[in-house]
Amino acid sequence: MSTTPVIGVLALQGDVREHLIALAAADAVARPVRRPEELAEVDGLVVPGGESTTISKLATLFGLMEPLRERIAAGMPVYGTCAGLIMLADKILDPRSGQETFGGIDMIVRRNAFGRQNESFEAGVTVRGVEDGPVEGVFIRAPWVESVGAEVEVLAEHEGHIVAVRQGRALATSFHPELTGDHRLHALFVDMVRAGR
Amino acid sequence: MSTTLPHSNQSDDSSAIGTSRVKRGMAEQLKGGVIMDVVNAEQAKIAEDAGAVAVMALERVPADIRKDGGVARMSDPNMIEEIIGAVSIPVMAKSRIGHFVEAQVLQSLGVDYIDESEVLTPADEVNHSDKWAFTTPFVCGATNLGEALRRIAEGAAMIRSKGEAGTGNVVEAVRHLRQIKNEIARLRGYDNNELFAAAKELRAPYELVKEVAELGKLPVVLFSAGGVATPADAALMRQLGAEGVFVGSGIFKSGDPAKRAAAIVKATTFYDDPKIIADASRNLGEAMVGINCDTLPEAERYANRGW
Repeated sequence: MSTTPVIGVLALQGDVREHLIALAAADAVARPVRRPEELAEVDGLVVPGGESTTISKLATLFGLMEPLRERIAAGMPVYGTCAGLIMLADKILDPRSGQETFGGIDMIVRRNAFGRQNESFEAGVTVRGVEDGPVEGVFIRAPWVESVGAEVEVLAEHEGHIVAVRQGRALATSFHPELTGDHRLHALFVDMVRAGR
Repeated sequence: MSTTLPHSNQSDDSSAIGTSRVKRGMAEQLKGGVIMDVVNAEQAKIAEDAGAVAVMALERVPADIRKDGGVARMSDPNMIEEIIGAVSIPVMAKSRIGHFVEAQVLQSLGVDYIDESEVLTPADEVNHSDKWAFTTPFVCGATNLGEALRRIAEGAAMIRSKGEAGTGNVVEAVRHLRQIKNEIARLRGYDNNELFAAAKELRAPYELVKEVAELGKLPVVLFSAGGVATPADAALMRQLGAEGVFVGSGIFKSGDPAKRAAAIVKATTFYDDPKIIADASRNLGEAMVGINCDTLPEAERYANRGW
């Protein structure tokens, strides 16, 4: 039996390619997931950056919303970046009408909390559990986590706002490690998937 | 290692806005999506509800600019602000080629991307705007690889193949995207000696030419624009290698904009699944009428604008 975990990247919309590359660099077999039958074949799933309203609509339209919720509830490891963090939140503070999430992390998120594109920025972020110094945080119209439940571990903050969290087998960051050459968070997630098998 | 974990409250103080990674990274988030032209807040909401990843705020869609004639300029700031206020997805807006003051105005309004666009009447027949001077990222049109690389050298963080806007005819979009992809493929086969001459031929910086030869793609996201009117058109551009599509007049010049917009979004995501494209194409009502590009006089071809 192979010990290499198979990790999907939800490929409805967003920076799918960058996550596939980062996961491969972190020694996982990575493949895009757009259909329920493709979801059934992966050990873990990354929800990429993109537009959360678009991803939410397409997930509902193409029958992924319920299967994904079931897999996450059953303990499938998931990692969301930016829009992916929003999709993993149990609650959005300011959802568009009809915007639904997969859930999995007991937190309330605020969309575009760090501002519009003109305020988008990069900064070093120290992440609990990631060694060898801060990761390069690229924040693009980024959300932050407004509040978390008791089961959620806060992994990082930036200027007093929560930007990385973990609850059990679910991991989420406001920023985009996939846009950098720094694959330490993807390696952390691949380890979570290995441990979960 | 047994070093103590750093406290999570600590974060690096140095934070930088407007970096290349932030500008280009923004376009990466739009991939696989549809960016729709809208002329008011109501249309912007229809686009957002249909699953658009961004909207392009402009006063007249290209089909109307063609019909009306005259000088086409940046839109009224009030109208752009209304659209920004109406949706949560990114809002783009167009400046004239070389009109860096219109671009400054758009940046001050807080638009998320500026399209230095051939659809508007050029303000400078020699120079494009210096896009490095802005925090707001730019998207620019191109008909071939050299043009794309010149725009990137000027600071563009995203490229769209030009096509022929406002025609509802995909033929020029296909031509331009194929041209760009073919030229990239050709570079892949060149050795280092040949890349210097290729740069000269492309009239583009050697460093960028070398980067494209190594990557096998542009260093920024490549979308397609100018003539997409149906779900199958959008899927065609994706299969030809576009990472997403702009749809201008094709949606709000059609019989049932909300339905057509949603259908184009579906076909863009499942661009390689003919069954889904077929379902998306059913009962969409009237498509925009369209113009045959070979009857279009040279002077009315927007793709010729920009150099």
